[in-house]
Amino acid sequence: MKILVCITHVPDTTAKISFTDDNTKFNSDGVQYIIGPYDDYALARAVELKEASGGTVTVLNVGTSETEPTIRKALAIGADDAIRIDAEPTDSYFVAEQIANHAKDAGYDLIMMGRESIDFNGGMVHGMVGELLGLPAISPVMKLDIEGQTAKLAREIEGGKEYLELDLPFIAGCQEPIAEWKIPNMRGIMSARSKKLEVLAPSDASEAVKLQQYELPPAKGDVKMIDADNVGELVKLLKNEAKVI
Amino acid sequence: MNNQSTDRFESPDFYVLDGLLTEEHKLIRQSIRDFVKKEISPNIEEWAQKAHFPYEIVKKFGEVGAFGPTIPQEYGGGGLDYISYGIIMQEIERGDSGMRSTASVQGSLVMYPIYAFGNEAQRKKYLPKLASGEWLGSFGLTEPDHGSNPSGMTTNFKDKGDHYLLNGAKMWISNSPKCDVAVVWAKDETGRIHGLIVERGMEGFTTPETHGKWSLRASTTGELVFDNVKVPKENLLEGKSGLGAPMKCLDSARFGIAWGAIGAAMDCYDSARRYSLERIQFGKPIASFQLTQKKLSEMLTEITKSQLLNYRLAQLMEEGKATTPQISMAKRNAVEMALNIAREARQIHGGMGITGDYPMMRHMANLESVVTYEGTHDIHLLILGKEITGIAAFE
Ligand SMILES: Cc1cc2nc3c(=O)[nH]c(=O)nc-3n(C[C@H](O)[C@H](O)[C@H](O)COP(=O)(O)OP(=O)(O)OC[C@H]3O[C@@H](n4cnc5c(N)ncnc54)[C@H](O)[C@@H]3O)c2cc1C
Repeated sequence: MKILVCITHVPDTTAKISFTDDNTKFNSDGVQYIIGPYDDYALARAVELKEASGGTVTVLNVGTSETEPTIRKALAIGADDAIRIDAEPTDSYFVAEQIANHAKDAGYDLIMMGRESIDFNGGMVHGMVGELLGLPAISPVMKLDIEGQTAKLAREIEGGKEYLELDLPFIAGCQEPIAEWKIPNMRGIMSARSKKLEVLAPSDASEAVKLQQYELPPAKGDVKMIDADNVGELVKLLKNEAKVI
Repeated sequence: MNNQSTDRFESPDFYVLDGLLTEEHKLIRQSIRDFVKKEISPNIEEWAQKAHFPYEIVKKFGEVGAFGPTIPQEYGGGGLDYISYGIIMQEIERGDSGMRSTASVQGSLVMYPIYAFGNEAQRKKYLPKLASGEWLGSFGLTEPDHGSNPSGMTTNFKDKGDHYLLNGAKMWISNSPKCDVAVVWAKDETGRIHGLIVERGMEGFTTPETHGKWSLRASTTGELVFDNVKVPKENLLEGKSGLGAPMKCLDSARFGIAWGAIGAAMDCYDSARRYSLERIQFGKPIASFQLTQKKLSEMLTEITKSQLLNYRLAQLMEEGKATTPQISMAKRNAVEMALNIAREARQIHGGMGITGDYPMMRHMANLESVVTYEGTHDIHLLILGKEITGIAAFE
């Protein structure tokens, strides 16, 4: 089985977020980058599927050379080879176009990625890739097993789960508990050194969305502590001061 | 749930040492840090309080590659450089010195001599199983009556034609109660020291546990007792003999300790920094008082100095140029620094600092072993003294 896992290179979840250039650019100074946590689940499951029934796992990232340490980590976790499409991932459509363009003739049985990135949280790329390739796209997939050419999966839906069965190939947007994150081991890190990381030029594609400006949420206000016995006071404040009831 | 079960550790890097590390070094550090946060931090307090050695950690260390990172990959090792080895020890000891001891004994004191002084058959037989954690090893040099002076050892073996007959006892041996193999240093009939690989199950070989330790409580320590043990001749390490052989192993382990102790110091510093910002007295965080700031500033200064010393030592190790006195300096410096920081950091935590909700008391008690084993603090001082003056003051 040939699996493609698309990974994002995103600020660590604890990174302090700020902007430059009149709030039009993300300030990456001192920010540590990681594999998108949802992508990391997808990758972990892909490696498990490969270990269970053979095949290959290729990781793909649309990004500049700065993302290579993140790609190397994916190789250390167990991907066999990697592709970096050398472009700034400006919007979901642009990224989806790059992925689809690479995947259309590459013969993947399964394309996995996170349900969403954790920088812009668009959650659209898997759907767009599906549309561009004419394949089903399912998200968020929280359980995935493959038997022959058939996949059995569980998808989270409002208030419950949906169990699905479908034929390969398709696109899966993944989330926990599809697998546990894998910590690369030292042997994996060593062998990642010599695994192939191919850099491809981006295909012609335009962005569908242009970013105008960022804005941070307003700073948290002061906290007022109200005695547990004093419910009347709480109601009064919620009504008159917070104006929420 | 105590504070340590949610591990919020952030490492200080005041002189941007990261700028000297490769992306691979940083990935190694992050991986081992994640491993420690997942496998060690949530449990270590309980293990230490109960003096429980979590045997299952041995396999997990094997899986992540903490055993013998510098041993070539063909023998199951990591094939990594000394900076990587140092980083791995630092991150594990950030979790706990006892856990780091388990790993450094296995890597530097068991796998290293088999790799460096063993023949091909021995390497093939033992190293992959030790690397994967299928087997646990121990290193027997110290004896009840010979600690700082190992050359006085009385453990000995006689050539009986088709085997060696080993007699004697070793004491204070890390991993001993659970070890599958032991690299044992003993004198032949001429009084020359050799290394022998002794395996569990050999008749007359026992490993009684040492109880009642107040230090390295999550690591298991015991004796190695040899009562007419028949050791096959193929278990002799032929590559090197004399006291220099075990000393060479200690060089590698002490290097790991020098890095490891910084991990313990960083953990204490980081906890103190955070606590001082959160703890309010006299209406403000205790971090606003000059005396707290003095403590924190001095801690960061000492950690930074030790980091730079260790980094340079790793380069020298990598080039094969590091000398024993240089390693002595680094081990001694780092452990003393860590002990001082553990004490100061504990003070910053006030009464809370004496509980298991915070790591300082555990690190502090652990470091009392670390300052003693692998050459005591004073012996390292005297090794430096000899280097400077040419006169040995310890004989
Ligand atoms: C938890 C733990 C784990 C250990 N693990 C191992 C292991 O795995 N394998 C192993 O072989 N050993 C191990 N050791 C033993 C350790 O290496 C010895 O304890 C150490 O070498 C000191 O020996 P000693 O305890 O006999 O102390 P001693 O040698 O009796 O020293 C006592 C004191 O006298 C001082 N002293 C001794 N000689 C001199 C001198 N010439 N000049 C000045 N001062 C001197 C020392 O500095 C020390 O302060 C371990 C020890 C501990 C505590």
